[in-house]
Amino acid sequence: MAEQKVAAYICQGCGLGDRLDTADLAKIAQKEGKIAFAKEHEFLCNADGVQLIKNDIANEAVTHVVIGACSRRAKTEAFTFEGIHVSRANLREGVIWVRPDSDEHRETTQEMAADYIRMACAEAKKVKVPEVSPERGGNKRILVVGGGMSGMTAALEASKAGYQAVIVEKSGELGGWAAKLHKRIPFNEPFQDPQETGVAEMVAAIQADSNIKVYTNAVTSKTSGAPGRFSVEISQESGPTTTEEVGAIIQATGFTTYDIAKLPELGGGKSSNVVDQAGLEALMKAANGGAIKRPSDGGEVKTVVFVQCAGQRDDTGTHLPYCSGFCCATSVKQAMYFKDANPDVDTVVLYSDLRLPGNNEDFYRNAQRKGVTFSKGKVKSVEASGNQCKVQFHDLILNDENAAIADADLVVLATGQVPNSGTNIDLFQAAEAEALSGTNPDAEAKIAELKVVSVLNLQYRQGPDMPQLKHGFTDSHFICFPYETRRTGIYAAGPVRRPMDIAQATEDATGAAMKAIQAVENAAVGRAAHPRSGDLSYPSFRKEGCTQCKRCTVECPFGAINEDENRYPQFNEERCRRCGTCMGACPVRVISFENYSIDSIGSQIKAVDMPDEFSEKPRILILACENDAYPALDMAGMNRIEYNQFVRIIPVRCLGSVNTIFITDALNSGYDGVMLMGCKHGEDYQCHFVKGSELASYRMSKVDDTLKSMNMETERVATYEVAITDIERVPKLINEYAAKIEEIGMNPFKGF
Amino acid sequence: MANKTYSFYPGCSSQNKASSSNYLVSTNSMCQKLGITLNEVPDWNCCGASIGYGGGGELPRIVLSARNLALSEQHNAGQDMVATCAACWLASREAKERLDHSPQMKADANEALKEAGLEYKGQAQARHMVEVLIEDIGYDALKAGVKKPLQGVKFAGYVGCQTNRPFGIAGESFENPLYLDNLVEAMGGEAVKSYDQKVTCCGGALAFSEPEKSQKQIKDIIESAYDHGADMIVTPCPLCQANVEIYQGEVNKRYGTKFNIPVTYYSQLITVAYGGTAAEAGLNGHVVAPAKLAEIAGK
Amino acid sequence: MSEMKYHNNFLKEVEERVEEGHMVKMCMQCGVCSGSCPFGPHWAHPPQELFMMIRAGKREEVLSSDSMWMCTSCYQCIVRCPRKLPITHIMHGLAYLAKREGLAPKGQPTAEFGQMFWDNLTKDGRVNELKLSLSLYFKDGFGQGVKNAMAMQSVGMGLMKAGRLNPMEILGGHKIKDKSGFHAMLKKAREIEDARRKLA
Repeated sequence: MAEQKVAAYICQGCGLGDRLDTADLAKIAQKEGKIAFAKEHEFLCNADGVQLIKNDIANEAVTHVVIGACSRRAKTEAFTFEGIHVSRANLREGVIWVRPDSDEHRETTQEMAADYIRMACAEAKKVKVPEVSPERGGNKRILVVGGGMSGMTAALEASKAGYQAVIVEKSGELGGWAAKLHKRIPFNEPFQDPQETGVAEMVAAIQADSNIKVYTNAVTSKTSGAPGRFSVEISQESGPTTTEEVGAIIQATGFTTYDIAKLPELGGGKSSNVVDQAGLEALMKAANGGAIKRPSDGGEVKTVVFVQCAGQRDDTGTHLPYCSGFCCATSVKQAMYFKDANPDVDTVVLYSDLRLPGNNEDFYRNAQRKGVTFSKGKVKSVEASGNQCKVQFHDLILNDENAAIADADLVVLATGQVPNSGTNIDLFQAAEAEALSGTNPDAEAKIAELKVVSVLNLQYRQGPDMPQLKHGFTDSHFICFPYETRRTGIYAAGPVRRPMDIAQATEDATGAAMKAIQAVENAAVGRAAHPRSGDLSYPSFRKEGCTQCKRCTVECPFGAINEDENRYPQFNEERCRRCGTCMGACPVRVISFENYSIDSIGSQIKAVDMPDEFSEKPRILILACENDAYPALDMAGMNRIEYNQFVRIIPVRCLGSVNTIFITDALNSGYDGVMLMGCKHGEDYQCHFVKGSELASYRMSKVDDTLKSMNMETERVATYEVAITDIERVPKLINEYAAKIEEIGMNPFKGF
Repeated sequence: MANKTYSFYPGCSSQNKASSSNYLVSTNSMCQKLGITLNEVPDWNCCGASIGYGGGGELPRIVLSARNLALSEQHNAGQDMVATCAACWLASREAKERLDHSPQMKADANEALKEAGLEYKGQAQARHMVEVLIEDIGYDALKAGVKKPLQGVKFAGYVGCQTNRPFGIAGESFENPLYLDNLVEAMGGEAVKSYDQKVTCCGGALAFSEPEKSQKQIKDIIESAYDHGADMIVTPCPLCQANVEIYQGEVNKRYGTKFNIPVTYYSQLITVAYGGTAAEAGLNGHVVAPAKLAEIAGK
Repeated sequence: MSEMKYHNNFLKEVEERVEEGHMVKMCMQCGVCSGSCPFGPHWAHPPQELFMMIRAGKREEVLSSDSMWMCTSCYQCIVRCPRKLPITHIMHGLAYLAKREGLAPKGQPTAEFGQMFWDNLTKDGRVNELKLSLSLYFKDGFGQGVKNAMAMQSVGMGLMKAGRLNPMEILGGHKIKDKSGFHAMLKKAREIEDARRKLA
C-alpha cells in the first residue's frame, strides 16, 4: 500500500463559511493536524467540490481524506472514494446548528469546530481502509433444519432465488404439523372458510426440485464453522452420518404442543372426549370426510365446546405465560368443521379475549354467520361423566359465575406452542462455570442433560445452540431484527422464533431465506451483516500481548470468538458483526480493527485542545453510539436545538466497544467529564448488538472505584440510555450534565 | 326561486289543532315564499311512528307506510313524497328500504295493499323537507332570499334523533350534524356551534310512558342550550319540539329549574326571515312564546 | 319449554320469529350499543347482554324482561354498531314477540302505551291525540286517570291555548276516508306476518 497522505477539505456551504473562520480551520488542520495539505471549498458536496477531492486523490496520491463539513451521516455518497479513508469533522450538525449565531458565541463555536478538525485529522492518521479478511468461505448452500411448513418454505424460496438447499427433518416425512391438519386457516380472499393445507403440493415441489436435498429421520449432530463455511454432520437414524458443507443455516424446528395432561382441571388426560386442537385434527382426519364421532363410545357429537387459552396466558407461573396467537383462529376453523358438516351441532367457543388479527376478522364473522356461539367466559372446570363433559365457567358478559354446559360431547382445549429451541445456553454456560469452579459436583451431568436436546450442536465456545430471547423462543429482538439470531449466518424462522400460525410461518421462512442468502453473499466477500452491513473490517489481536483472559470470547454477543488449542482467541471473522465489544472488553487492549481501534479513538480524545483550569472553559467528552445516540444528536442539530459549547463528541460503533482506557485517558488529558450514550439495555433492550450497551454499563459500574481511587468525583463519568427519538432529550441531558460539571468544578488533573 | 312541486305527507301531528299544527302553518308559509308547491297525499294515514311496533309488529307497520307511498305514486306521480315530521319520514324511508330490498317483503306488502285496492311499485322517493331545502334549493339560494335577517338571535340547533339516525341528511355526521346551524346562519341568525346535546334523544314516545326517565333527557337538552347562551332552540322534529317545549313546567317541578325557553321549527325561522308575519310563521302556536322571533316578524 | 343453556335453540327461534333476528348472532359483544343508549342505566339487560342471553338460550329471562321496552327508537346504537346490527329493530321485534307470547311484564307502561297507540291509529287511520292522552291517563282505572289528568292539566291547557290540542277531538277528530280498505289491509298484513312468524 502507498504511503499515507492525509488531506483536509473544509466546506463553506450551508452557512459554514459565514459562521466559521474556515481559513483558520484549514490552517489548524495543516499545522496542528500535521497533514499534507488543507483546502477550503465553497460547496464541497457539489460536483466541483467532489471533483477537487478526486483530482487530489489521482494527482497528489492522497490516501486519507478529512472532510470538515456536515455529519458523517450526510452526503455519504458524495464523500465516498474507493480505496480511500474518509474522516468526517461534523461542523454543521455538530457545531453551527447547535450553537447560537451571535458575536458573543463566535469564539467558542470556532473552538468547537477547530477541535473537530483536530480530531478528524488524528483519526485519519490512525486508520487504514480495511482489507478483506483472508479467512472467508464461499459456500452458498443453505441448510434448513426442520421440514415443516417453515422449513419447506425456506428451502423452496431459497431454491427459487437460485440457491441450493439441504433440509434435515427429524421425522420420516416432510410436512410437520401442517401435514397433520385437515385444513388450514384461510390465507387469501375472501377469508371465509378453511382451506386446503397445500402440504402435499409443497412436498411434491421439493421432491421435484434438484436444488433441494432432503434428509429425513435425520438430525444435525455437529455444526462447526462460520457463514460461508459451515460444516454440518447429519446423522440419520439407522443410517450413515453425512457431512454437508453449507454457507448459512435456517433453524425451523417449530414447536411442540403443550401437554394437556398438565391441565387435569380442564379434563386434560382424564377423558378421551377432551382433546387439544391437534387431537381434534387427528379425529377429523380419522373421520375421513364423515362426521367426527365421540371418542369415548363412537356416539354422535351434538355439542362441542372450545376452551381458549387453555394453559396459556397464565400469570400464576404454572403454565405458559404467553398467548400463542394462532389458537383463536384455529378454534374458529375447527368449529366450522362441525357446522359445515351439520349446522345443528352446537359449537360454543369460550374465550377471554378473541384474538383474530387481520383478515381473521372476516373468518370469525363467517363462523358467527354459521351459528358458532362465542361467549366470553373463564372456564373453571371440565368434568367428564359417562360419555359427556360438564364445562363450568364464569360468563363474563352476563356475569354468571355458575354458567355451565352440561352435555358437551367433545371439549377441545386450545393449548399453546412450546418452541423446539434446543439447549438453553444460559443454563448451559452457568453449568459450565460451575463445573470449572468445582462448586457443583453434578455440573457435568447437568451439562450432558442440557446438551441432549440440542438441535444444532454448535461447536461454539458459547454453547451448542442459539441464545433464547423470552419464554424459550429463539430470537434476538421481536421487532427490530426479525429472523436475526445472535449467531451470524444462522436464522430462526417459524414457531421456534415466536408462536405463530402457518401464514405467519410462511412469511417468516421467506424472510429468513432472504437473510440466509444475504449472509452467504456477504460471507463470500468478507462483508459484515446487519447492522454494519457492508463493513469489511474485522477484529485482529496482537498475540504477544494477549493474556488469554477469555474476556473477549465470553463477552462477544454473537459467539464469534472461539478459543484455539493454545487458548488464544480465534475470531471466525464471518461470524463477527464488527461491534467492537471485544475491543472494549480487552484489558490489555490488543484487539483492534484496521479502521477502528483503541488508538484511533484515543488519538481523537487527546487531539482536543485543552484550555487550562483558569479559562472557565471545561471540556466534556461524549462517546455516543453511532446507531441511536449519534443520529439523535444530529437530529437535534437539524432541529436547531442548542446544546453546550464545551462538549466534544466521538461516535463509537457500540457502547460495548468503549474500553475503560478511554475514560482514564480522557480524565488524564484534562477532560472535566465523560458522558457515555448508548442504547437501552436489559429487558426490551434497543442495543443493535444486543448485549453491547449492557456490557458497557456493567464495565462503567466498575469505573466508580477507579475514580474514587483517583480522588475524583464519580459524577465525572456518566452513562445514559439514549434512543434515536430522544431528539429533544439529548440536548437537555448535555446541558444538565454541563451544569453539573460546572458545579463540581474543573478536573484537578488538568495541565498535568 | 325556481318553482318546485312535491307530493306532501303532513302527518297526524301537523293536522289542524294537533300538537304541531303550527309546524304545518309555517311550512305552508315557507313553501309559498320559496316557490314550492305541495300536493297533499290524498287520504294518507298514520305512519305508525316509533311506538307502533308494540301493537303492530313488522309487516302491518311497514304496510302503513307502503299505503302512503302507493297513494303518492298513484295520485302525485313523478313527485318525491316529502314529509315534515321526522317520524313520518323515517317510517316511510325505512319501509321503502325494506320493500325495495326484500322481494318477499314487497310481495307480502302488496298482498295486503290489494285489500285496499292499492299497489306499491317503489317509484316515489321518501324525503324530508330539510333535504328539499338543502339539496334542491341550497344554502346560498336560501340566504339570497332573506329579507329580515335573524340578527342578534342565538339558536341552539337541536337535531334530535330521527332526521339524523339511522339515515340522516346526506353528508352530515351522526355525532355532529351541522345542517340546522347552517340553516340558522343562512337566515342571519347565530348558531350555537358547541351545543353538546344536539343529537340527544328527548325520550320520544317514552315521554308519555316513562316520564321520569325522559324528563332527565329533556332537562339535559334545555340546560345545555342555556349554558351556551341560546335564546331559543330550533328543531326539525315535531315530537322533539313538543317534548322539549311542553314539559318544561314538569321538568322545572322535578329538578327545581326555571326553564322557559322557546322551541321553534326551522320553517318558522325561514318564514320570518323571508318577511312573513308572526301568524304566517305560526308563532302563536307556542306554550313558550318565541318573543325574539315575533319581534323581528313585527318589524 | 325446557331451556337448553348455551345451545342454539332460542337463537334459532329468534332468527325465525323476530324482526331482523337473523342478525343477533353477528354481535361481537363490544358493548357500544349499551354505552350509547340514552336510557342505558334503565335497562336491566342492555342490548349487548340480551344478545348474549339469546345465544345462551335464556328464553324466559329475555322475553319476560322489560329491557327492550326501554328503547326510545333513537337509533344511536344502530349507527354506532361496528357490526351494523339493526339493534333498534331487533329490540322492537323482541318486545313484540314477548307481547304476543304473553311474556311481556304485566303493566309495563311502554308496552301498554304502544298498544294504545296502535289501537288509536288503526281505528280511524290517523292518531287522535286527545283520546290517546286520555287512554294513557286512565289506563290504571278512573281514579288514577283523574289524578293523572289533573297533574297534566297545565300541559294540556298550554297546548289548548296554543291551538295544539282540540277538546272537540273527543267527539271524532281526524280520520281517513277509506277506513274499510285500510282495516282490510292491516288484517291481511297481520295474517301474513302471524303465519310467517308462527304467532298465534
